Amino acid sequence: MNTVNRRIYLYSRYERFWHWSQALLVILMMITGFEVHGSYKLLGFGNAVNLHTVSAWLLLTLWAFTIFWQFTTDEWRQYIPSLKKVDAMVRYYAFGIFRNAPNPFHKTAAKKHNPLQRLAYLALLSMVSPVIWGSGLFYLFYSSWKGLGVDAWLSLEAVAFVHTAGAFMMLVFFIAHVYLTTTGHTPTAHIKTMVTGWEEVD
Amino acid sequence: MLSRLKFILPLMAAGALLAAPTAFAVPAAPAAATAPQLETIIKPKASTADHSKFKELNRNFRTGPQVTEACLICHTEAAKQVQHTKHWTWESTDPKTGQVRGKKNIINNYCTSPVSNEKDCMACHAGYGWKDDNFDFKVEKNVDCLICHDQTGTYRKLPGDAGHPVYKRVEFPKGSGKFVEPADLKKVAQSIGMPSRSNCGSCHFFGAGGNGAKHGDLDASLQHPGKYLDVHMDEKGLNFTCTTCHATSSHEVSGSRYNVAAAVKGPAHIRGKQDESPAACQSCHSDKPHHEAMLNQHTEKLACQTCHIPEYARNEVGTEASWDWSQATIMGPDGKPMVSKDSAGRRKFDSKKGTWVWDSYVIPEYRWYNGVSTYKVIGDKIDPSKTVQINEVGGSPNDPDSRIWPTKVHRGKQPYDKVNNYLTVQHTAGEDHTALWHNFDWQKAIGAGMKAAKLPYSGEYGFVDTEMTWPITHMVAPKHDALSCEQCHSKQGRLQGIAGVYLPSRDSNRWLDMAGWTLVLLSLIGVLIHGGLRIYTGKNKGQHK
Repeated sequence: MNTVNRRIYLYSRYERFWHWSQALLVILMMITGFEVHGSYKLLGFGNAVNLHTVSAWLLLTLWAFTIFWQFTTDEWRQYIPSLKKVDAMVRYYAFGIFRNAPNPFHKTAAKKHNPLQRLAYLALLSMVSPVIWGSGLFYLFYSSWKGLGVDAWLSLEAVAFVHTAGAFMMLVFFIAHVYLTTTGHTPTAHIKTMVTGWEEVD
Repeated sequence: MLSRLKFILPLMAAGALLAAPTAFAVPAAPAAATAPQLETIIKPKASTADHSKFKELNRNFRTGPQVTEACLICHTEAAKQVQHTKHWTWESTDPKTGQVRGKKNIINNYCTSPVSNEKDCMACHAGYGWKDDNFDFKVEKNVDCLICHDQTGTYRKLPGDAGHPVYKRVEFPKGSGKFVEPADLKKVAQSIGMPSRSNCGSCHFFGAGGNGAKHGDLDASLQHPGKYLDVHMDEKGLNFTCTTCHATSSHEVSGSRYNVAAAVKGPAHIRGKQDESPAACQSCHSDKPHHEAMLNQHTEKLACQTCHIPEYARNEVGTEASWDWSQATIMGPDGKPMVSKDSAGRRKFDSKKGTWVWDSYVIPEYRWYNGVSTYKVIGDKIDPSKTVQINEVGGSPNDPDSRIWPTKVHRGKQPYDKVNNYLTVQHTAGEDHTALWHNFDWQKAIGAGMKAAKLPYSGEYGFVDTEMTWPITHMVAPKHDALSCEQCHSKQGRLQGIAGVYLPSRDSNRWLDMAGWTLVLLSLIGVLIHGGLRIYTGKNKGQHK
């Protein structure tokens, strides 16, 4: 720790709050969601449904605030994709990381995410999220289908299929995301940064 | 200190954000129960007339019909009204299919048919003297007012008297050493009141000749039920009588298994409104009785009974699961008729009737049902190579008038004509030489029964497997005993065999699951290999530091 030269403040208080409450909610929704799906028994179907529903509303609320935050702070620019250095990042994760090669990307407050990360987050936002939320909201409002005439052209089975597919994508993202947190200069460095907001820079 | 605070604050905020909604996520204590609550006690049976003060009733009646004549002096239309009901005609026409059913016309898989056995069976006819097919259905004095209106509990009708009450002290059952005393008809007539649970129960609790035997959701324990057995009839609680739900007008009792209101829609009914199906749950509770929309949504697919009657025959009385007539006429080791009981004291074998299997706390069999049943009536052809359905239950998943219903399925094995391929009518009860229970001769019993039913009999009989399906609707459990979600929403749940609905947790797409979990597994293997390699190469920056 003492050998660290410099510390930069990467994640503001709100950003960390957003990240960790979102993490908690997503984990909760995966646990309860796969129970509702029938993959295992843990909390009981009714409890799982209720928790899943409450978490969904909480996450929606959180997102409402976060979208506001992204635009008022201009932080949304962190998600603009770029193909520059993507190949370098891929090479780093595929080879360099095993040879103690330096990480080709250097975090700055203006560029928090490496190019590969930007692509991944963009994919999450533009593909996985709409799949999950689109199907999830239909699922959530199943009891209103009849009144709105939705039941004439949509089946619960189809909605459940799409929602489950989205959930699997989310789970795969989650596994990769959690693993990649261990690739900092120490295995817990990234997690520390996400907790304190401060990144140690060589 | 400040940095520590920075770290705790967001965590606290996250906690609060998570905790706050639970306050409204948990359903609030019911603000207003959907079923109306009594504000003041209004005794439903309080009458403006004291029948013991009527001079018409202050005489010594010798017979039932004499009492009826006295009743009709004031209640001029009563007999005519009763004569229009199933309680009198034992006949019912399906308004949808036009089929004429009723006890008089169908053959069930319990006692089979009253035809040729009227002297016994008509102990449960709301009339006097129906002993054969010469009974005159127009004679008003033959309507039995007392069986439904007696409040002394002393008025009894026994098999063998064609619907007349006990007039002379008699040993019953024969050889039992127990005697039934004749009722004092004057006292009975003067006791008149609205039907109590015991009145209806004197027949409906004892269908098929034994307590609880037939229905499974009706037995004598409902005379004094606790809350566990029936939340509405609970003697210390709501204390409903049968007619609280089975609202009756002009002696026409609402609610019948012959015509089930299987999918009642709309709001709870208001007092005074002309009501199509007052006996249905929805007439008080509406079709959206829960606080949560997601639960209310279930009423589009499920009958209330499916969740709220988790088991029927919820006591040691139990109900008959099956009746095998093919074992009848088998004698005991001494060559004489034999009777045996099961460990709960319920009939198990009788040389007269065959063998029974009883069950208690029975999990219903579920099926789509639209309220229409097509019955096997006397003379209907059967296919003996299959299990014969005494009643074909209508309904399907796509029919907006069908719901998933709990049913009792009673399995039988009973005689049929092997050449003509129809179920037979047999002369069972009686003292004559053709009666099965007297002479133990199937050939003679079927011959006499078929003659009375005016159907040809080939002379060759066999036994065929039959099933009869009864929608379950009584013995509604308190809400805490209703089915829990996972009793259906699971792989081996109650609704395992129900097609046509996507049931989360029961149903999933096999291919999607396979692809999804494969992908998850590959990701895990991928990160494990990647991480393992990082540790193995020992060049991880973290490990150097």
